[in-house]
Amino acid sequence: MIPVREALEQIRAATVGLTERAQFMEVCGTHTAAFFRSGLRGLLPLNVRLLSGPGCPVCVTPVGFVDQAVALAQQKQAIITTFGDMLRVPGSDVSLEQARATGAAVRMVYSPEDALALAEKTPAREVVFLGVGFETTAPGVAWTIKEARRKNVRNFSVLCAHKTMPQAMRALLVAGDVRIHGFICPGHVSVITGAGLFSFIPKEYKIPCVVSGFEAGDLAAAVAMLLRQRNEGRAELEIQYRRCVYMEGSAPALALLDEVFEPADVAWRGLGVIPGSGLALRAEFAAWDAERKFPGLTLPAPREPAGCRCGDVLRGVCLPPDCPLFRRRCSPTTPVGSCMVSSEGACAAWFKYGGTMDGVEDNMRNPSAGG
Amino acid sequence: MCLAIPARIVEVDGAVALVELDGIRRKINVAMVPDAVAGDYVLVHAGFAIEKWTAAQAEETYALLREMQGNPDGVTPAPETRRGA
Amino acid sequence: MSDDVILLGHGGGGELTRRLVAEVLAPPLANPVLAQMDDAAEVDLDGARLALTTDSFVVDPLFFPGGSIGTLAVCGTVNDLAMQGAEPKYLTLGMILEEGFPVADLRRIVADLAAAAKRAGVLVAAGDTKVVERGKGGGVYLNTAGIGVRLPGVSTHVRNAQPGDAVILSGTLGDHGIAVISQRQGLSFETTLETDAAPLWELVRPLLERFPKDIHVLRDPTRGGLTAALCDVTTAAGCGIRLHEKDIPIRPAVRGACGLLGLDPLTVANEGKAIVICAEAVAADVLALLRDHPLGRDAVRIGTVTDKHPGLLILETGIGGERILLPPAGEDLPRIC
Repeated sequence: MIPVREALEQIRAATVGLTERAQFMEVCGTHTAAFFRSGLRGLLPLNVRLLSGPGCPVCVTPVGFVDQAVALAQQKQAIITTFGDMLRVPGSDVSLEQARATGAAVRMVYSPEDALALAEKTPAREVVFLGVGFETTAPGVAWTIKEARRKNVRNFSVLCAHKTMPQAMRALLVAGDVRIHGFICPGHVSVITGAGLFSFIPKEYKIPCVVSGFEAGDLAAAVAMLLRQRNEGRAELEIQYRRCVYMEGSAPALALLDEVFEPADVAWRGLGVIPGSGLALRAEFAAWDAERKFPGLTLPAPREPAGCRCGDVLRGVCLPPDCPLFRRRCSPTTPVGSCMVSSEGACAAWFKYGGTMDGVEDNMRNPSAGG
Repeated sequence: MCLAIPARIVEVDGAVALVELDGIRRKINVAMVPDAVAGDYVLVHAGFAIEKWTAAQAEETYALLREMQGNPDGVTPAPETRRGA
Repeated sequence: MSDDVILLGHGGGGELTRRLVAEVLAPPLANPVLAQMDDAAEVDLDGARLALTTDSFVVDPLFFPGGSIGTLAVCGTVNDLAMQGAEPKYLTLGMILEEGFPVADLRRIVADLAAAAKRAGVLVAAGDTKVVERGKGGGVYLNTAGIGVRLPGVSTHVRNAQPGDAVILSGTLGDHGIAVISQRQGLSFETTLETDAAPLWELVRPLLERFPKDIHVLRDPTRGGLTAALCDVTTAAGCGIRLHEKDIPIRPAVRGACGLLGLDPLTVANEGKAIVICAEAVAADVLALLRDHPLGRDAVRIGTVTDKHPGLLILETGIGGERILLPPAGEDLPRIC
């Protein structure tokens, strides 16, 4: 561990004389939020630019998923249980929060186990848990589904939108519409999967990768490591987050994932359908799969909000202030796109921590001078 | 995407463990860290321990957190006494 | 209002609440007293300088470590008066009870209410009880209205903040909000944290008596926490405020719970803390006076009012970076991802 100040010195030294601005993508939304919240983002030299990637699970969940959840609550009288972030994501017609205001049963939970406990307590009602999140979150959901089977809880099911990280990163690289000089790879996904999951990036695409922790000191060190690789002409997979990430992942967690889920082709907001990038419940768990259990829901035609550039933001093609709706029609109070809803969404982070109306980027770096 | 925090295990009962973090306690699931015992540190995400930590690894995170709070030496800015009222 | 039904967030004290008031509630009722739009209204009757306020309480759960809805119903209202520089005198109490609610629980709530009223030095002067059908209320809802007498020569409106003023906080942040959340279904965790709910008049009275002109703003950071309260100041006064993260007192248990649930301690509610904005010249004396009182033992200066970035509340982070604090949009949702 090195102090932030020292890491920043290394970063400054490494960027002196850079001829081209270094563009790094922090893939994970928790990293995005930490960069802003700690003030680290504004302390980086101007020739280091951070792009936010597709690693905010709420942000990449397509609008149709919210519609399905709302329909389950309204048409099947199910109790919808969810992590807080999903509540305000706009659906084609309404968000879960708005549905709750007109009578839908929507409860916030801290853990999928809490949702199962609720199902056991209310045997007369179906309890649906919204399975959103990446490899970090999915094993806990897998365990809960197995537990529901073991206890034979029949009024519990999961509406599954779990996704996996590497295929999305590959899709970004294949599309090639944004220049990325390095990836800050998600630390807690790597705890589960092992850092080795990302080794294809330096190998096939010659782009440096550093798996980072989540405190300001971790992230500053990770940026310094990426710059060092760049200056030395290396493209390797390095681990900054050594205190809990190894090349191999967690065997029990991976076994749970494999037992309960199978890879599926799923849609990502902004990226479209990516083959093998999602997790679907295996057939033997069909009784706990809300999608199979409740076919024939009446759903509105999925309608992405007009003018919203969430998709481009998620691919790193543009920054939130480049979107015409940002700070105008779209704010955390009246979010238009999902990136403005999640506290980890790039738009919400820019809005909350980013700066004033004009000249956002420069203001953000030095708000007191902006006035 | 993945908020996770280190906590110390107080007691384990099968897949359930009571963990403590800065004086708050909560039951979490430890099925993914089957060899965890009381006194171990674990990384907790959404009610599940996803990895076991040594005390030294956990201390590194705590030190980084203190640095972020502008308090690298770990001196608590306010007295930690309970109000009597 | 673009949204045509009420959402829970409209009661969260953030941007949604502000818009509900500004667009739906205030226009038909407009008058010069209401236009003050402060925690309590200043009214003068036959030469008496009064402050008047009302507050409703719908907290879930009704009981939490260190208090209950009864404690809050007194503290919330008398503190609105105290922050207006007024000595709380009388309260009215309106109760909406749900059919089937245990009388034993009601007794506990009223006992808490009586104890808090005694501590605050106010009399409950009138009351009203209504009962609604089972399923139509959350057990007990309370409303209290309060009346107080303003100290002469004192003005503590948020617009009074001036560049150069010191920003002082009377104690640790987030204790109340986290104590309540710890008991909430689905999130429950064990903690030794208790609500900080307390009447604040005796804490701020000595400041106002000694420095009637130099105490520029008093505010209690309730819903929306420190961030919402200070954003009100920067907006109303048209100046900026700069806070130092490392000076803001937060108990480890609050920090831990916020880490667990993904909450920002600066937006979590408090019920027994005061923000004092005063002239720099008296800042040291104000701090000393606050620390003399048991409720102000942990008082600390957390920032300064500035003319450099008008309208903006800026936090200097622990690592020396900066972050702009905006008022929370609505109820703060625990998050996991």
